[in-house]
Amino acid sequence: MAAHFCWMIGGPQGSGLNVSAEIFAKALSRSGYYVFGQIEYHSNIKGKHSAYKLRISDEPVASHVDAVHLLSSLDEETLIGDLYHEFPAHRGHVHEVAAGGAILYDVEQKRFVGTIQRKDIFLWEMPYAELLDRALTEAGKPGQARAYRIMTNTLALGASAGAVGFDFEPVATAIRDSFGAKAGKVADLNVNAARYAYEYAKERFAGQLRFSLPAAPAKREQIMVKGTQAVGMAKIKAGVGLQTYYPISPATDESVYLEGYQSEQNLLVLQTEDEVSAIDAAVMGAHGGVRASTSTSGPGFSLMPEGLGFAAITEAPGPVVMLYQRGGPSTGLPTRQEQGDLLFALHAGQGDIPRIVMAPGDIEECFYDTFDAFNYADRYQLPVIVLVDKHLASCYQTLPPFKTSHLKIDRGVTKLANTNGDYQRYAFTEDGVSPRSVPGQAGGIFWSTSDEHDPRGHITEGIGNRLAMMEKRMGKVGLAAREIPEGKKYRFFGPAAPQRIPVLAVCWGSTKGAMHDALHRADPHHTRCAALHIRLMNPFPAEAVKNILARAERVVCFDGNYSGQLAQVIRADTGVSIHHCVVKYDGRPFSEDEIMVALEAAKADAPERLVISQGRVVEEGHGNREFEEMLVLRGSNPKMLAPMVPLPPGYNK
Amino acid sequence: MSTLTPDTSTIQAADFKSDIHNDWCPGCGDFGVVSAVQMALAKLQVPPHRVAVISGIGCAGKTAHYMNAYSFHTLHGRVMPSVTAMKLANHDLTVIGVGGDGDAYGIGGGHFVAGGRRNLDITYVVMNNDVYALTKGQASPTIAKGQKTKSMSEASIMDAINPILLALACGYTFVARGYALDTKYLSEIIAQAIQHRGSALVDVLQTCPTYNDLHTKGFYAGQIEGQPRLYRLDQSGYDPVVHNPDDAVEIAQKKAQALLKSQEPGGRIPLGVYYKLDVPTYEDHLKAKIPGLQQKPLAELDLYHRDITANLQELM
Ligand SMILES: Cc1ncc(C[n+]2csc(CCOP(=O)(O)OP(=O)(O)O)c2C)c(N)n1
Repeated sequence: MAAHFCWMIGGPQGSGLNVSAEIFAKALSRSGYYVFGQIEYHSNIKGKHSAYKLRISDEPVASHVDAVHLLSSLDEETLIGDLYHEFPAHRGHVHEVAAGGAILYDVEQKRFVGTIQRKDIFLWEMPYAELLDRALTEAGKPGQARAYRIMTNTLALGASAGAVGFDFEPVATAIRDSFGAKAGKVADLNVNAARYAYEYAKERFAGQLRFSLPAAPAKREQIMVKGTQAVGMAKIKAGVGLQTYYPISPATDESVYLEGYQSEQNLLVLQTEDEVSAIDAAVMGAHGGVRASTSTSGPGFSLMPEGLGFAAITEAPGPVVMLYQRGGPSTGLPTRQEQGDLLFALHAGQGDIPRIVMAPGDIEECFYDTFDAFNYADRYQLPVIVLVDKHLASCYQTLPPFKTSHLKIDRGVTKLANTNGDYQRYAFTEDGVSPRSVPGQAGGIFWSTSDEHDPRGHITEGIGNRLAMMEKRMGKVGLAAREIPEGKKYRFFGPAAPQRIPVLAVCWGSTKGAMHDALHRADPHHTRCAALHIRLMNPFPAEAVKNILARAERVVCFDGNYSGQLAQVIRADTGVSIHHCVVKYDGRPFSEDEIMVALEAAKADAPERLVISQGRVVEEGHGNREFEEMLVLRGSNPKMLAPMVPLPPGYNK
Repeated sequence: MSTLTPDTSTIQAADFKSDIHNDWCPGCGDFGVVSAVQMALAKLQVPPHRVAVISGIGCAGKTAHYMNAYSFHTLHGRVMPSVTAMKLANHDLTVIGVGGDGDAYGIGGGHFVAGGRRNLDITYVVMNNDVYALTKGQASPTIAKGQKTKSMSEASIMDAINPILLALACGYTFVARGYALDTKYLSEIIAQAIQHRGSALVDVLQTCPTYNDLHTKGFYAGQIEGQPRLYRLDQSGYDPVVHNPDDAVEIAQKKAQALLKSQEPGGRIPLGVYYKLDVPTYEDHLKAKIPGLQQKPLAELDLYHRDITANLQELM
C-alpha cells in the first residue's frame, strides 16, 4: 500500500518559498522519492500569499491531497490568513493540517500562534534570525541577520528536512545546484544557514509527528518536470522553428523556456505586440515553411479566433496553439485553475473552422500530445489547439525521462517537383489534403486568401466551388478522426466490454492525475468504479464514448468549470445525458481527496449537479457564508500588517 | 534586399502579372501602384518565386491576387505580423506588404508601430486614399478634420494621422511617399525601398474615383501659388540620408527635417524619400544570436533531428 507525506510551505510571494519547495523536491526526487508539487499563487509580484505543497510518496503520484502533515510557515498570513485585508481572501492553512501533524513557524510569528485553537497538532518554534546570525557570523558578517532575512526561506527548508528526518546532504547539494555555476560564497552561506536550521529542528522535533516520510524507494533515473517544460521540450523535439507569444500567465513560462534554447537549437521566439499578431505570425510562419506555434491563455486566445479562421481557410500547416486555461471570464483569476475554455476552444471563430483540439491529461501527455500536434498540423493543414491549464503548467512531478526514439516527424504532403506553372495549392484531392509548396520554391507559386477561393487560391463566390471547398476543409477533420489512433483519443480504466460498470467517472484534461490516484487508492481493480479520460476533444471520439457510457449504471462527469462543459460536449456528440455533473470553479484544481468525496456523494439520489470546493461538496450559498465568517475572524484576531518582502541585502547601495 | 542571382533571362514587369481578371473600379489609383511594384521588382531582377507579397483586406488588399509571386491576401490590418513571420521564416525572400490606409494605420495601427521598431528588411506599400473603399467610402484615419468626401455623411471631426510622422516615430528606417498616378517615379521609390536594408514604408497617395471626390487626379495635378502641388524632394536639394548612423545628432536632425517636410504649410506635398537610415536589421541581430541563420534561412534548416537529452538531464 502506498504511503505518502504531505509538506507545505506558505509565505509571501517574493520570499523564495517556491525556490525552497523546488529545491526540496529535487533533493527528494534524487533520493528515490516520487514527488508531486502543486503551487497556489496570486497575480502579484511581491507580498501576496502563496503556498506550495509537495506530496512525497513511495509510489508514482500524479496529484495533490488536501491534508497537510507538516506546514512550514514563513509569515503570520500562513497561519491566520490575510486578515489585514478589508475583505480577507483566506483563513490561512492551520485548518488543513492533519491531527498529529505540525507547524514550523518563526519565533517572530509567536503573537499569532497564540490564537491557534487546535490542540491536536504540534506547534514548533524556530529562531530563524538567531540561526541565520550564526551562519552569517561564520561568513564574517556578524549582526546582519536583519539585512539577510530574505534568506529565511532557506532556513525553513533546512528546518523542514530536519523535522521529517530526511538527510541533509541531498538538500545541501540541491541548494548548491540552485546557484548554478556561480555557487561560491553565497551558496555556502545558504547551505550553512540551512544546516543550522536542519540540526536545530532535527534535534528537537524529529520522530514526534504521527506521520513519517515513507522509506525511500530504490533510486532510479527520473526527472522533476513542470507542464510548461514538457511542452517546451516537445516543441524542440518536434522541430519548432518559430514560437510567437505575448506574455500572459500561466503560459509565459513555456515561451521563456524556449527562449533559453534559441541559439543552441536554431529556434526563434518572437515576442509580438499582442496576441492577434502572435497567431497571425504563427500562421504565416507555418505557410513560410517552418513549424510554428504560439502559446497563450484565455485573454490572449480571445484575440485569436480571427487568426484561427485565417489558418483554417488558407489551410496553413498549423499553427499549434497552446491554450493554458485559467479562471475566467475576462481577466478573471490570472494565476488560478479552471477548465473553462473547452467550449471556447471548440467553437472560437466565425463559420465552421476545421480544427483539432487536444487535451492532454498529465505532464507525459503534454509532451507526447504537443509533439503529435505538429504532425497533425502538417498532415491535415489546419490549426491544432492543445488545451492545457494552470494546473498542468505549474505542477511539478517526478517522471521517467521522456522516450523519444519512437517519435517520428511527419511533415505531410509537400510539393517538390517543378509543375511548370500549373500548380494548384488548393487542388481537390481524394482525402482533401492538397500538396503544399513553400515560398521561395521554383514552380510552386500560389495564391492564398482569407476569402473563399478556387483551387488556385483566387477569390470566388461560386456555389459549386463553395460546396466543394467546405467539404474539402471540413473533411480533413473526419480524416484525422480515422487516422488518429484510438489510444490517443481517450483512456478507459475499467473492465472490458461487455461487462457492466456500476459507476463511471468521466473527466478530461488535468483532472486525470487526481482521478487516477483516487481510484488507485480506493478501487484499483475498478470493481465498483471505472474511469474514462477524454483526451481528444475534436474530432470527438463519439462512438467509443457512447459505447462505454452505455455500459455504465451511473455516470459522474468531472468538470473544472461552472457549466459542466464536458458534459455538454458529450450530450451534443453522443446524445447521452450525464447523471451527475461534478463541477469545480473555485480557481483550484481537483485534489485526489476531492475526487473521492465527489464519487462518494454522487449516489443515485444525489442532485444532478454537485459543486466541489476545499475538499467537500458545498451547497448553494456556501461562498457567502464563508465570506461572512472571514469578516468575523478578522475582528477576533490580533491586528496584523500586510506582509512586506525584504529587499536583498545591499539593494539600495 | 537580399543578394540573389537573377535568372539568366531578364525578368520583365509582365512576369509579375497574374492572369486573373482585376476587379478594381475603372480609373482606380491602385492599378498604378501594382504596376509600380511590378516594375520595381523587374528593375531589381528578382525572380517571381523569390518574392512574397502579403496584403491586407480592402480594395488595396486584393493586390496579392494580381501579382505573380507567392501571394497572401490575409486579414484586415494584419499585414505586418504576416510580413514579419514570412521574413523570419525565410530571410532570403523579398517580402512586400501591401494594404490600404485603413488597414495599415487604422485597424493595423498597433502592428504598424511594432513593425517599425523591429526594422526587418521588408517593404510596406500603403495605398492611401483617405477612405475605407471596399466598405463603400467611410472615413479612414488619413482624412483630415473638417473634410467630407461624397461618400461620407458628415465631415470628420477628428484629426488625420500623418503616416510619415507616424513611421518616423515608430522607427521605420526608410520613409517615403509616392503618387499612384506617377507610376514611373513610384516604381523608382519602391525599388529603393526594396533595396533598403530595413523596414521601409512607402505611403502612396492614391486616388479613389468612386468615393473620394476631394483628392482626385485633378486635385493632385493642381497648382498652389503657381507651383505644382506635388513636387520631388530629390529635385529640391533635400538629402534624406543619415550619413553617419552612429551620430545621434544627425539622426535627430534628419528626422526633424522629415517631420517638417511632412507637414509643409500651404498644402504642397513632397514626393520621394523623406528619411533613410542604414543600421543593422532585425535579421542581423538574429543571425548574431542564432548561428544556424548565418548558414541558411530558418525554413531551410534541418530542425527535425534535435536531441533533447541535455534538456532532460537538466531536470534530473
Ligand atoms: C476585422 C474586420 N473588420 C472589418 C472588415 C470590413 N472591411 C473590409 S475592407 C475594410 C476597409 C478597407 O479600407 P482600407 O484598408 O483603407 O483599404 P481600401 O479598401 O480603401 O483600399 C473594412 C473595414 C473586415 N474585413 N475585417
